[in-house]
Amino acid sequence: MKYIDEYRDGAIARALASDITSLATRHWVLMEICGGQTHTIMRYGLDELLPASIELVHGPGCPVCVTPIETIDKAIALAMLPDVTLVSYGDMLRVPGSHSDLFRAKARGADVRIAYAPTEALKIARAHPERKVVFLAIGFETTAPANAMTVWQARREGLTNFSMLASHVLVPPAMRALLSSPDNRIQGFIAPGHVCTVVGYREYEELAREFFIPIVVGGFEPVDLLEAILMLVRQLEEGTAIVQNQYARSVSYQGNLPAQQILREVFEVADQKWRGIGEIPQSGMRFRREYAAYDANHLFALDLIAADEPAECISAMILQGRRKPTECAAFGTRCTPENPLGAPMVSSEGACAAYYTYRRHAVATAQETR
Amino acid sequence: MSTNTLTGFTCLAPIAARDTVLLGHGSGGRLSGELVRDVFLPAFGSPELERLNDQAVVTVGGARIAMTTDSFVIRPLFFPGGDIGSLAVYGTVNDLAVGGAQPLFLSAAFILEEGFPMSQLRRVAASLQRAAQACGVQVVTADTKVVERGKGDGLFINTTGIGLAPSARELSADRARPGDRILLNGSIGEHGIAILAQREGLEFESAIESDCAPLHTLCAQVLEAADGIRCMRDLTRGGLSSALNEIAAQSRAGIALDESRIPVREEVRGACEMLGLDPLYVANEGKMIAIVAPEAAVSALAAMRNHPLGRGAEIIGTVTEAHAGLVTMKTALGTARIVDMLAGDQLPRIC
Repeated sequence: MKYIDEYRDGAIARALASDITSLATRHWVLMEICGGQTHTIMRYGLDELLPASIELVHGPGCPVCVTPIETIDKAIALAMLPDVTLVSYGDMLRVPGSHSDLFRAKARGADVRIAYAPTEALKIARAHPERKVVFLAIGFETTAPANAMTVWQARREGLTNFSMLASHVLVPPAMRALLSSPDNRIQGFIAPGHVCTVVGYREYEELAREFFIPIVVGGFEPVDLLEAILMLVRQLEEGTAIVQNQYARSVSYQGNLPAQQILREVFEVADQKWRGIGEIPQSGMRFRREYAAYDANHLFALDLIAADEPAECISAMILQGRRKPTECAAFGTRCTPENPLGAPMVSSEGACAAYYTYRRHAVATAQETR
Repeated sequence: MSTNTLTGFTCLAPIAARDTVLLGHGSGGRLSGELVRDVFLPAFGSPELERLNDQAVVTVGGARIAMTTDSFVIRPLFFPGGDIGSLAVYGTVNDLAVGGAQPLFLSAAFILEEGFPMSQLRRVAASLQRAAQACGVQVVTADTKVVERGKGDGLFINTTGIGLAPSARELSADRARPGDRILLNGSIGEHGIAILAQREGLEFESAIESDCAPLHTLCAQVLEAADGIRCMRDLTRGGLSSALNEIAAQSRAGIALDESRIPVREEVRGACEMLGLDPLYVANEGKMIAIVAPEAAVSALAAMRNHPLGRGAEIIGTVTEAHAGLVTMKTALGTARIVDMLAGDQLPRIC
């Protein structure tokens, strides 16, 4: 398949890995931001191809994982209302809130539907004017424009039975938070290619300058990631710290301007809670006043719902790259994808879930030989 | 900005008891396994049931009778490559066939929702009869129930099948041994993608049809050509991955696959890329695997390829001593990864 096969080619991948091995003269700690990238690294076993001197740590870029627990609680509370139809992406349905998840709410009679796109929720709203249709909208800069577009469309049509429970997060403020931590170990970033497809990478240049850290905008296939790692290692070895674009087949410097425009039209930047991390200033988006009529939080007075996440797992250590998932005592025993203790085990793109799903045989072998 | 936001990390407690039935309990994945283990085995607990094969083989008056039952709740009822009627025959025939049995008789039970169009029911019944004839099985008993409008979903069908199992053959999911080869009769994922495309209104350059087909003559041909067939499984919901994980668990052996040997059609790969699915977990209705002793692998493969439904057959992996209970796969990059059993399923009611 074109644009897929050449980026999964074993010979190219091995050649890149060997270039990295010969270039790296010391230990480097690199973070891939996006959960999709973590997933590829684990699924294709890229860590097996890399020299021991390259340590990959896995970033907080899994929107399902970092959605605050109270957003899930709010979604469940909404879904249980008799006149509400709650629509969301399939992945969100099994994310545990404080006491339940949307699959269980559905089993108890809630009208919960899975959609592939937010516009499907609009279709339901048009077809069922007697139902209050709420779309549970989560995601980074990648999915936010489609959600914004949906709200814009709803307002244009004058739909009164559609609203959105939104929890959007932004990547650069999270990177800033990671880099500002006194315990930061990260020496280079693979920036999220799909986020940058939308917003470009101007903002990343500020980060690279301010923290003197190399950043490479990377794609999601094995060859993309190995190439991005090679570019980072080259910069680190040479002592440069600039932004480079490995994923040029999708990402431009400016990004997608119409998408950015619709985002600004509907949302404005605000402080945001991240599950497993806490509040990060200016790292989320809330509805502009003109669109408040489409904010489910506002419509259903959901601000009263608050939830605290009991401190138990080591997710923040993992999201900062200070621990590996396999270094957690609960990994694979008390904490599994069916019964996650913490955010990174929740979605298939979370770091712990990716380790569990694709790599636990290697962990078992390592422990046997120890 | 405050630097301590990242150290004040928080987490959540697990949601323990499963107090209601979830859609995932019907997915054929790990939740389905739990349901069988926690509810049905303790309740019924017959030795034959505990073998957890697709069919039971019981001896009655000296004859070895194979028996199986399956319910069909698929949406849409009519899809490219088949419909619920033909599926209700093939699904049950295949469960008998992979046990080495010759399918003979079927029952058919219809649960109808008030208001269901009679024209559609006639179409389904005719299709079911055509499929039964093609498989050489007779529908010998049937039942009908009608539920109130809103209490069903149009039409559900249950079929039970009975066949004769030749005496010498002992096929079971606990018989895989290190060194055995894993044979697959062709490309995977077509049924699931055909259904999903139809349900979601997705269009691809060339239409993907369900692979829905009866496997009894293919199974018979493989069994005839080679001794040393340990076990056969048809791949349905849960896909290739679920079937292999069950065999690995029941045989307490590892299974090592080679990704480059697993046939997936280009259109199916494309659809899976787009929808974020892994073809290893997508449903099939005309695919089977055979676990075969190493010395029998070549003749079994030749027999498969000699059948119209096995032309694309491949040896896709080996049973191993290492990683007992796990399925691993050599990726295109030469690295190894796990092919896990899914907990549930996000594609509602594929079959």
